Amino acid sequence: MNIAWRHDIDRVLADAKTAHKPVLLDFSAAPM
Amino acid sequence: MYPDERIARFITENFIPARVHVKDQAADFQRFGERYNAQWTPTVLFLDSDGVERHRIEGFLPNDDFLGQLMVGLGQLAFKRGDFTAAQRSFQQVVDTLPRSDAAPEAQYWAGVSRYKGSGDPAALGATAKAFTERYQDSTWAKKASIWK
Repeated sequence: MNIAWRHDIDRVLADAKTAHKPVLLDFSAAPM
Repeated sequence: MYPDERIARFITENFIPARVHVKDQAADFQRFGERYNAQWTPTVLFLDSDGVERHRIEGFLPNDDFLGQLMVGLGQLAFKRGDFTAAQRSFQQVVDTLPRSDAAPEAQYWAGVSRYKGSGDPAALGATAKAFTERYQDSTWAKKASIWK
């Protein structure tokens, strides 16, 4: 299973509020 | 960490997964790094649905320790919204399924606190203190629970 990471953080925060779902926000230096 | 099937599944089932890359998204890294005081990688933040940070992991962890911290973070999200039943379930999951992980003593502590907060029964704290006499005796969390004896 691959994680579907999202990179549009503003949109993610808006979606979290709408969906009442928490966000896991990863600040990473790993190769993308 | 993330290629681990258990970790990928846990994240996908419980969170909206979002990533900011230090180089490829430099502007976002600066903006959200300042907003959430994230100055190092890897830093993983647990944000509630209002975008408020409720838990964080800083630095690399091996898979079991990272998965344990993911469960602790999910527990902290539930705890801080007052859902002590869900919080206790998440914390207890660490103790039951990853008892040797670094997160287990912390989870055992918060499972006891969650049980107390949900029930109002101080015996939950006493039982937790007693549990720390049987395992994780040398942890910081055992010291924190020792006041409940």
